[in-house]
Amino acid sequence: MDVITADKLTKRFGDFVAVDQISFSVKQGEIFGFLGANGAGKTTAMRMLTGLSRPTSGQAQVAGFDIYRDVEKIKRRIGYMSQKFSLYEDLTVSENIEFYGGVYGIKARDLRLKTSQLLSELGLQEVARTLVGSLPLGWKQKLAFSVAIMHDPALVFLDEPTGGVDPITRRQFWEMIYQAADRGVTIFVTTHYMDEAEYCDRISMMANGRIAALGTPQELREQFQAPDMNAIFLKIARGSQTA
Amino acid sequence: MRQLRIVILKEFYHILRDSRTLLILFGLPLVQILLFGFAITNEIKGAKMAVVDASGDDISREMVQRLTASDYFIYQGRAGSREEVLHLFREGKIKMALFIPPNLQRDFYHGEATEIQLLADATDPNTATTLVNYATAIINDYQLEKLDAQDAPFQIKTELTMRYNPLLKSVYLFVPGVMTVILMLVSAMMTSIALTREKELGTMEVLLVSPLQPPFIIIGKVIPYFILGMVNATLIVTLGVLVFGMPVQGSWLLLGAETILFILTSLALGILISTRTDSQQVAMMMSLMALMLPTIILSGFIFPIESMPRPLQLLSNIIPAKWFIIILRNIMLKGVGFDFVWRETLILFGMFSFFTLLSIRNFKTRLA
Amino acid sequence: MTTHPPALVFDNIHKSFGPVTALEGVSLEIGRGELFGLIGPDGAGKTTLMRILTTLLLPDQGAAQVLGYDVIKQWRNIRREVGYMPGRFSLYQDLSVAENLHFFATLFGTTVAENYDLIRDIYEQLEPFRKRRAGKLSGGMKQKLALCCALVHRPQILFLDEPTTGVDPVSRQEFWQILNRLQDQGITIFVSTPYMDEASLCDRVALIQDGHFLAVDKPGALAASYEHPLYAVKARDRFRLLQDVRQWPPTYQAFPFGEQLHLSTRTEIDPQQLVGYLTQQGHQEITVTPTAPTIEDRFMELMTH
Repeated sequence: MDVITADKLTKRFGDFVAVDQISFSVKQGEIFGFLGANGAGKTTAMRMLTGLSRPTSGQAQVAGFDIYRDVEKIKRRIGYMSQKFSLYEDLTVSENIEFYGGVYGIKARDLRLKTSQLLSELGLQEVARTLVGSLPLGWKQKLAFSVAIMHDPALVFLDEPTGGVDPITRRQFWEMIYQAADRGVTIFVTTHYMDEAEYCDRISMMANGRIAALGTPQELREQFQAPDMNAIFLKIARGSQTA
Repeated sequence: MRQLRIVILKEFYHILRDSRTLLILFGLPLVQILLFGFAITNEIKGAKMAVVDASGDDISREMVQRLTASDYFIYQGRAGSREEVLHLFREGKIKMALFIPPNLQRDFYHGEATEIQLLADATDPNTATTLVNYATAIINDYQLEKLDAQDAPFQIKTELTMRYNPLLKSVYLFVPGVMTVILMLVSAMMTSIALTREKELGTMEVLLVSPLQPPFIIIGKVIPYFILGMVNATLIVTLGVLVFGMPVQGSWLLLGAETILFILTSLALGILISTRTDSQQVAMMMSLMALMLPTIILSGFIFPIESMPRPLQLLSNIIPAKWFIIILRNIMLKGVGFDFVWRETLILFGMFSFFTLLSIRNFKTRLA
Repeated sequence: MTTHPPALVFDNIHKSFGPVTALEGVSLEIGRGELFGLIGPDGAGKTTLMRILTTLLLPDQGAAQVLGYDVIKQWRNIRREVGYMPGRFSLYQDLSVAENLHFFATLFGTTVAENYDLIRDIYEQLEPFRKRRAGKLSGGMKQKLALCCALVHRPQILFLDEPTTGVDPVSRQEFWQILNRLQDQGITIFVSTPYMDEASLCDRVALIQDGHFLAVDKPGALAASYEHPLYAVKARDRFRLLQDVRQWPPTYQAFPFGEQLHLSTRTEIDPQQLVGYLTQQGHQEITVTPTAPTIEDRFMELMTH
C-alpha cells in the first residue's frame, strides 16, 4: 500500500516554479529520504504534503486522503518533528506529552496509559517532572520522536532529525526509527546531511524543483557511479548549476 | 579614529534601513505632538453658555461679549430666570451659566463689591473646572483693562490670573512631556535594543575579538542615538513653536544644555539595561516597564504629581523625566535662568553619573 | 633557527556555568600552520573552548596561550592577531556584502585592498552579489562572506566555530578547499565541527565529548586505532537484523551504519559463520564483509570505554 502518491505536483510563486511536476510514491513502513540543497524545493514540497500549502497543480494523496479536499483528515494521520522545534523547553517531560496528546485528541485514560508506557520505553520515568530544557539533546530528540508518533500516525515527517548529536545517540535514534517503521509507520526524512540519508530505504534528491534522482542508496550509487550520497549530491548539484 | 567612525556609520546604516526604527524615530514624535496638540487636549472649545443679565448695562454687555468672543464659549442666549437656566442644564443644552447682578456698572465704577456667579455643569468635573477657570481669567482680564483705562482710584482687587499659561493651553504642558517621552524612547529603549541585537546576532563576539577597545564599541553605538535625540528634540520644539505657538521664554542655550544632559542620562540607562540582558525582546520589555511607563505616568506629564498618593509622590522623585519636565516648563514657560533650575539640574546630573558608573561597572570586555 | 612559540597551547582548562560543567581539564598544543579539527557533538564544549581561546570567556582553571600571548592577561594582543568566525555567521544582515567587508576591515585598522590577495579567491565568488544585503544570501554565501570578514586583517591564526553547520554539501566541500589554500599561505586554523566525516580533512583532530578530549591524533591514526575486528553486515530486514546480530555470541557491539550495520566482534570471525547464523534466523539477501573502521566507529568505541 502506498502512503504517499504524488503525481505531477507543482507549486508556483508568481513566475518562480518552486516545485516542478514531481511524481513519486512512498510505501507503508518505508523510510524515505527527501534530500536537496537549500532552495531546491524540498520545504515547499513537504508543506504541500502536510497540507500547509495548496499546490498550483498536480495530484497527491497522503495516508489515503486527497491533499486538496481532506487537509484536516491528513493532519490527524501524520506526525511531525523538527530538529529546531518540537518540544516546549519550559514544560516538563510529562506536561509536553500531555499537551501533544491533547492536541491530537487522545482520550484522558488512553493518554495516561500511553504516557507511562512511553516514559518506561525511553527510561525517562525519573525525569518525568523535569523541564525538557534541562535534558541532554539526545534525550530530547528521542522524546520528541516518541511524542510525534504517540497518536499512531500513518506517516511521520522528520526534518533534519539527528543533526549535531553524538554518534551513539544518533544510532539509538535511528534504531527507534527502524522500530517505528517495523511497526508499519512510514517515515519521511528531509535533510541535507548526506550521511543521514544513507540510513534511508529509498532516497529522492531534488534540484531546481525537480526530482533529479530516486532509488535505494545502492541503486543510486550504481546509477551515478559514486561511492556515497555525498558524492551523488555533489554531482547533481554541479550538474544543475551549469544547466 | 577610523574604527570609531565606521562603527557610528554602520549604526546609521542599521537605523536608516529599518523602516520600523525610522517610524519610531520620526513618525512617533510627529504623531504624538500633533495628537496631543489637536486631539487629546483637555482644552475645551465652544462650550455653550447662557447668561442671566440683571444689569443689562454697558459693562455687563461688554463682559459677555468678551467671553463669547473667545473660542471657548458659544453664547446660547439670555435666560430670564434661574429656573430657566437649571432647565437648560438638565436638558444638556449648556455647560455654563453666568449670573450678573443688577447695577453692575454702577457698583463697578464706585468700587462696590459685586459678585458675578458662574454656574457650571459638573457631571464632568474636569471640564467644569476648566470652564470656570477660563471664564474667571477672561473676566479678570477685562476688569483689569477697564480699571487701567479708567485710571481708577486705589482699589483692592483679587489677582486670579493664571500665570505663565494664562489661558491654560494644554499644548504648553504637552510639548515638554512629549519631548521627555520621545527622548527617553530614542535614547534609552532604542539604544538598549541596538546593543542587545549585536549580542543576539553574535556580532558582539566578533566586535569584542577585534582590536577595537570595548568602551569604543559602546560609544560608537550610542553616538548615533545621541544625534537622533538632538534631532528629535529640535523637531518637537520647532513643531511646538511653529504649529502651536508655544513660547520659549528662557535661554535657548540653557534649553539645549539641559536637553543634552537628559539625553545622556537616558543613554546611560539604555546601556545599563543592555548590560543586563541578552535578547532584544527582554531589553524592550525592560525599557517599557522600567522606563517608559514611569516616564509617562509618574513624571507629571499627564497626571499632576501633587494629586498623587504620597508613596507615588516619593517614587516620582527617582524618575529622571520628572526633573526634566520641571526644568523644561521652567525654561520654556517661566523663562527663568539657571539659578532657578540648578537644583533639578544637579539631581539629573547625579542620576546621569550614577547610571554611567553602574553601566561601566557592569560592562564586560568578555562574554560572561 | 627562530624559536616561535606554538600557535596555540592550553593546559588543563576547566569551565563551568553554574551547575553545568562545559570543560573538564582539556590540554593541547598546536603548531604553526596546522589545520586542526575539534570534533564532537553539540554540547560537548566546542564553543566554550573557542570562546576561551578567543578571550571571550575566562577559564575557571588552567592556562592558555595564543601565539605566545596569555588569554587572560594579554587579551588585547590576541584580539589584534586572531581571526574569529562564531557559530552563527555573525554578519550584519542589513548591510550589503561590500559594506560588511569594509566594516570589518576598518574595524581591524586595515583596508580591503591591502589584503585583497588573501581573500581574492573567495571574494570573487561573492563579487556578483556585492550590493546584496547579507541577510538575503544563501547559507553557503553567508559562510564565505563571514570567512572573508574574519580574514580581512590577515590574522596569523583563524578560529572557526562550526563553519559548515547548516550548509549544503557543495558549499561544505568548497569551504574545505578554501581552508586548505589558507593553510598553504601559512595561516594556522583551529576549526570545530559536529561532522565526523570532516575529520579526515584536518591534519590533526581532537575528539571531544562531555568536556573531555577522548583522543587527539591524526585522523588516519585515530581510525586505525580501532581495537576490534569490524564487519559491515546487511540484510533485507534491518530492524530484525540488528536484534539478531546482537544476540549472536561473538558480537561485541552492533550499530546501524548507513544502510548497513557495523558489527564489532571480540575476536576475528569467519563471515560465513555469521551468514549461516542469520540464514538460520530466516534473513534474506545477507552480506557480511570486513570493513575499515571510520573516525565515527572510533568515536563510539571511545565513548563506551
